[in-house]
Amino acid sequence: MNKVANKQVICSVLMDEAGRDRNIVVLCSDSRGSGSMTGFAEAFPEQFVEVGIAEQSLVSVSAGLARCGKKCFAVSPASFLSTRSMEQVKVDVAYSHTNVTLVGISGGISYGALGMTHHSTNDIATMASIPGLRVYLPSDRFQTECLIRALLRGGEPAYVRVGRNAVEDVYEEGNVPFEMDRATLVRGGDDVTLIAYGEMVRPAKDAAALLAEKGVSARVLDMYCVKPIDREAVLKAASETRGIVTVEEHTAFGGMGSMVSQIVAAEHPARVRSLTLPDSPVVTGTSKEVFDYYGLNAAGIAEAAEGVMPHG
Amino acid sequence: MVNLKEKAWQIREDVVTLIRKAGGGHIGGDLSETDILVALYYREMNCTPENVNDPLRDRFILSKGHSVEALYCILADKGYFPKQELFDTYSRYLSKFIGHPNNKVPGVEMNSGSLGHGLSLAVGMALAARMDGAPYRVYTVLGDGELAEGSVWEGVMAGANYGLDNLTALVDRNRLQISGGTEEVMKQDSQEERWAAFGWNTLSIPGNDVTAVCNAVELAKAAKGKPTVIIANTTKGCGVSFMENKAGWHHRLPTQEEYAQAMRELEEKRKSAL
Repeated sequence: MNKVANKQVICSVLMDEAGRDRNIVVLCSDSRGSGSMTGFAEAFPEQFVEVGIAEQSLVSVSAGLARCGKKCFAVSPASFLSTRSMEQVKVDVAYSHTNVTLVGISGGISYGALGMTHHSTNDIATMASIPGLRVYLPSDRFQTECLIRALLRGGEPAYVRVGRNAVEDVYEEGNVPFEMDRATLVRGGDDVTLIAYGEMVRPAKDAAALLAEKGVSARVLDMYCVKPIDREAVLKAASETRGIVTVEEHTAFGGMGSMVSQIVAAEHPARVRSLTLPDSPVVTGTSKEVFDYYGLNAAGIAEAAEGVMPHG
Repeated sequence: MVNLKEKAWQIREDVVTLIRKAGGGHIGGDLSETDILVALYYREMNCTPENVNDPLRDRFILSKGHSVEALYCILADKGYFPKQELFDTYSRYLSKFIGHPNNKVPGVEMNSGSLGHGLSLAVGMALAARMDGAPYRVYTVLGDGELAEGSVWEGVMAGANYGLDNLTALVDRNRLQISGGTEEVMKQDSQEERWAAFGWNTLSIPGNDVTAVCNAVELAKAAKGKPTVIIANTTKGCGVSFMENKAGWHHRLPTQEEYAQAMRELEEKRKSAL
């Protein structure tokens, strides 16, 4: 198993592309180490900007550069990027429609024991609520690479959240289904649908394997495109399977589960169970320990899946 | 050659008329910043409707975005869009001419309105010019009340850190904000010393003297290795006797009688500038 952190993949892709495209610029707020961007900063000093510990400036400077033709990647811990500079994201990036990709690194509860100040468990809600801003949470190294290359081609304002830790592969080398803004079908199934993003896709995939052992056929959707969310895939799940479980590294408020429930309730009522982090600071521990504590693991997802299907 | 003094009074007449027609606007700050904008748009900046998409054009950001009426009147006067369209639709239903700079309007580089963004945006633009080896210059106008926003000082730090001598910030130092005097609300004294301490080249000028603004901008262009801030000491409501130095005129609509008197005063000043 080749375990790589998605932020390292982002750096590799940007280094690969930056050699061909002088307009690619990476900006960091004293975050080149934590964002795995040291390699980029050293290889492309002319295309790297350090703003210091100043997240508001990070976003505005990125937008100014983008307005002058640059393709900017502003890399900063997700917690600070999604809250401290939210107004700059709203006005300078989304409203002014500048070619800025906001890369929230060490997202969710990646920082484990560092506590709530460093956790981003409300960033989907805040970022997705900004008109015109796209929100992506890729699951593994293959999908991350596909996404970053697609964002470079598209030029739309976007927020990308990735975790801090190395993650297990979801896809196989040479067989990486990817279509921009369409949920990726990780596994087909007819009884229940599991919808996850980011680091929750792998346990959802493992849950489907556990369910298969019990004779339950679970569909797994990788909803890396939280906004624009793939409505069609959600509605197909609601109509073709007996229930939906959403799994996310976020609170229940304004996350992907909320969005899925909204679509289902309005267009094809079906049972939806949302697995999330709690409405409180999370317990101390590594990511795995925290996920296990809240049942955000294969066993917890499988149990929720069995519960969401109507009896009989 | 445009008579800059006359142009500044003419723009003020347009501003007062536009606000009267629209039913509201940030009249006090428009009238204080007019000479700065006139100096930039009619003398210093390489910005015309013909080069609106030219990568080498100079860039301008109105960081104190609420004083948009003066900017719109200047852009209309320069021919970026029909003046009639501005006067007929400003602030009206479905208009693109909203009450803060909107980049759907030709000539407006960035949306602004919430304070404290402009300087860091300008830093980004000036960095882009340097990366591309391009000769364009970047200007931004800030309000003095706006200097209370912490994000301004993030931009001040970055501008100095990168030694951006293609960047000039101008502070419309009119000493008033919505709630009253800047020194009562949040002290903004010693601005020259503050910016200088961060590493900026600083100038302090009478800001309602368009010639002084032009001279200061020339000095800024000559300064090498650091960005320049021009503290432009202005009068809020400049040109209209009963509006001058009155915090209440931050955002107030003149009555018909007040409008008539304001226009008489401005016309007189414009004619004396000929």
